[in-house]
Amino acid sequence: MSHVIRLSEARVGQRGVITSVGTHGQHQPDDIELERRLLELGFVEGARVELIHEGLFGHDPIALRVDDMRVALRRKEAASLIVELSSDIAA
Amino acid sequence: MDVALRSVRVALVGNPNSGKTALFNALTGAHQKVANYAGVTVERKEGFIRTASGRSLSVLDLPGTYSLRARSPDEEVTRDAVLGRLAGEPAPDVVICVADATNLRLVLRLALELRQVGRPMVLALNMYDIAQRQGLRIDLEQLRAELGVPIVTTVATRRRGIENLIAEVEALGLQAGLAAPEGEGSWRAPDPAEIRNAAREAERIMRACVRPPERPDTLTGKIDSVLLHPVGGLVILMALLFVMFQAVFSWATPAMDAIESGFGLLGSGVAAVVPDTGPWALVQSLLVDGVIAGVGSVLVFLPQIVILFAFIILLEDFGYMARAAFLMDRIMGGAGLHGRAFIPLLSSFACAIPGVMAARVIDSKRDRLTTIMVAPLMTCSARIPVYTLIIAAFIPDRTVWGFANLQGLVMFGLYAAGIFSALAVSFVIRRIFWRGAVEPLMMELPTYKMPDLKSVGFNLWVRARIFMERAARIILPLMIVIWVLSTFPYPPEGATGPAIDYSFAGMIGHALEPLFAPIGFNWQMVIALVPGMAAREVAVAALGTVYAVGDTDSAVRLLGATLAAQWSLATGLSFLAWYVFAPQCVATLGVVKRELNSWKWMWVMVVYMFALAYLASLITYRVSVALGGGVIGG
Repeated sequence: MSHVIRLSEARVGQRGVITSVGTHGQHQPDDIELERRLLELGFVEGARVELIHEGLFGHDPIALRVDDMRVALRRKEAASLIVELSSDIAA
Repeated sequence: MDVALRSVRVALVGNPNSGKTALFNALTGAHQKVANYAGVTVERKEGFIRTASGRSLSVLDLPGTYSLRARSPDEEVTRDAVLGRLAGEPAPDVVICVADATNLRLVLRLALELRQVGRPMVLALNMYDIAQRQGLRIDLEQLRAELGVPIVTTVATRRRGIENLIAEVEALGLQAGLAAPEGEGSWRAPDPAEIRNAAREAERIMRACVRPPERPDTLTGKIDSVLLHPVGGLVILMALLFVMFQAVFSWATPAMDAIESGFGLLGSGVAAVVPDTGPWALVQSLLVDGVIAGVGSVLVFLPQIVILFAFIILLEDFGYMARAAFLMDRIMGGAGLHGRAFIPLLSSFACAIPGVMAARVIDSKRDRLTTIMVAPLMTCSARIPVYTLIIAAFIPDRTVWGFANLQGLVMFGLYAAGIFSALAVSFVIRRIFWRGAVEPLMMELPTYKMPDLKSVGFNLWVRARIFMERAARIILPLMIVIWVLSTFPYPPEGATGPAIDYSFAGMIGHALEPLFAPIGFNWQMVIALVPGMAAREVAVAALGTVYAVGDTDSAVRLLGATLAAQWSLATGLSFLAWYVFAPQCVATLGVVKRELNSWKWMWVMVVYMFALAYLASLITYRVSVALGGGVIGG
């Protein structure tokens, strides 16, 4: 069974595929800007992501593998990414 | 003008970490000119090439970006330079899009965006050797057909493919000369849907032209599992900082001593050549006391700055700096600082000037401003001579709690006060001025790479040269102003006190004395603060002058004894508190004005730092007096 979560809720070792980028419906300039920047860094629908590291305090920020590169984000920004977790991990 | 006659203008554009600067260095060698773009504080790096056919190319190294849609001052420059919107900067004839061959996805999207601009373009697949070693197959013919631009493979650090790249650029430059300039082409800032489409197109090209590596890089993952370990990573970072500090403060000492005595020799050499009679005495004093001593007092920090930069460049090239920002982000974020503020603040322990200049790595204007505003609160090495003098004179050299040296403990306390106040001030700035707005942290963690020592050395030389040039340009005029204040007018005939007592500095000192009386400063101290504006450690020499003990090495010990006899403990502590906060360094203020391009923020810094200094000294003095520390000579 597939499992859909916000990337901000992911734990180290979880991986999946991005299904949605940006906070749709809320067209605040800041949200659109964040969406564009995420897209430009490779967070596009269909990209494979894996949470590989997290910070000591509040498990924040997080380091992600996005396709074949590594990117650091805060969980706050990761909240606008929806991920469908791979079944082997979610099960 | 026809391109056939003038030089061909070339711009280098690429993602951060694509080896763009290494390629720039390989293309242009030592023929580089570093300046600022008009009106903004983004570095403008231009280099020159003479091709085999005798044509000259001028190459602009533009700040790294993922998109022409700019969000930081650096990226605005890249966008405006490519589009030809910068005043006095015509659009480039040829754009070189620099790509890390092992990390093509994002740069392909950038290349598609650049293609819309309509300038002739070459795609340079840099670090091609690493791609080959990984068994990454790129179908160059197919990629050329998909993008419709020439492609050159390069290894910038080994100077491979550079001749081919120059030849392609030259050929495109000639074609461009035949066509009319096209203005901005069809580029406009893409909306999210357009970015998605471009990303999809880039993905399609990736699939069509690139076969995934047979031996992908696994080293980065392994190193990261150690360096980004939540606890282990922080421990390693702290250990690294410790080594760095040891290096900055112990390795630099011989070179600093050499520079100091070099400037001393230069001063006495000039004093021997220029007579000290009649009007020449003034020239001698200007040269020796003003220019040579003043510039020397700042250049003496060059060895520390070079060592610090060497560490920073090495760690940056290795790929560690993004990890340091990652590890420190939450810790610094608590005080309202961005993870990237870590490097500038670290540099400020040597000297606030490179610290303020290093704040350029921070994207957001607000974060950058906050970082610059608090950087001078970090304990720079110019404070050390002042702290050492006062601590030696007033703090007993004894052991407390069985293990700690009291003098060392006070020194530690002064460093801690600097760090704590920097964090507190940035917290307040965030709350009051930005109302808690937080810039996102979004950065690529680049693949680890062995730094190329030749390019590290070259970059170090460029950094050191920039520091010296800026220092000289900003510091020299200020030193002359301070010399004038401390020299004129002359003392009257038969005057008994030290000459500075009768100068403008003396007048300022006497005039301000009532203001400083509540914090326990006497008029001699206030006078010393005026030349002490040149650089913090100059206060030591200035105190030597007003107390007429001279300023040679042995005199420093004598000065300590004099101060101990003439100041109360409360005054000594108050003076220390003053030096934690007061902006006693015009060079830093000059650089802040230049980097922020704003007199207003420079004055905000002056006012808030003096206010903090006064407050801290007032509290220190009053509390010490109440505890019985107000007795002179006690």
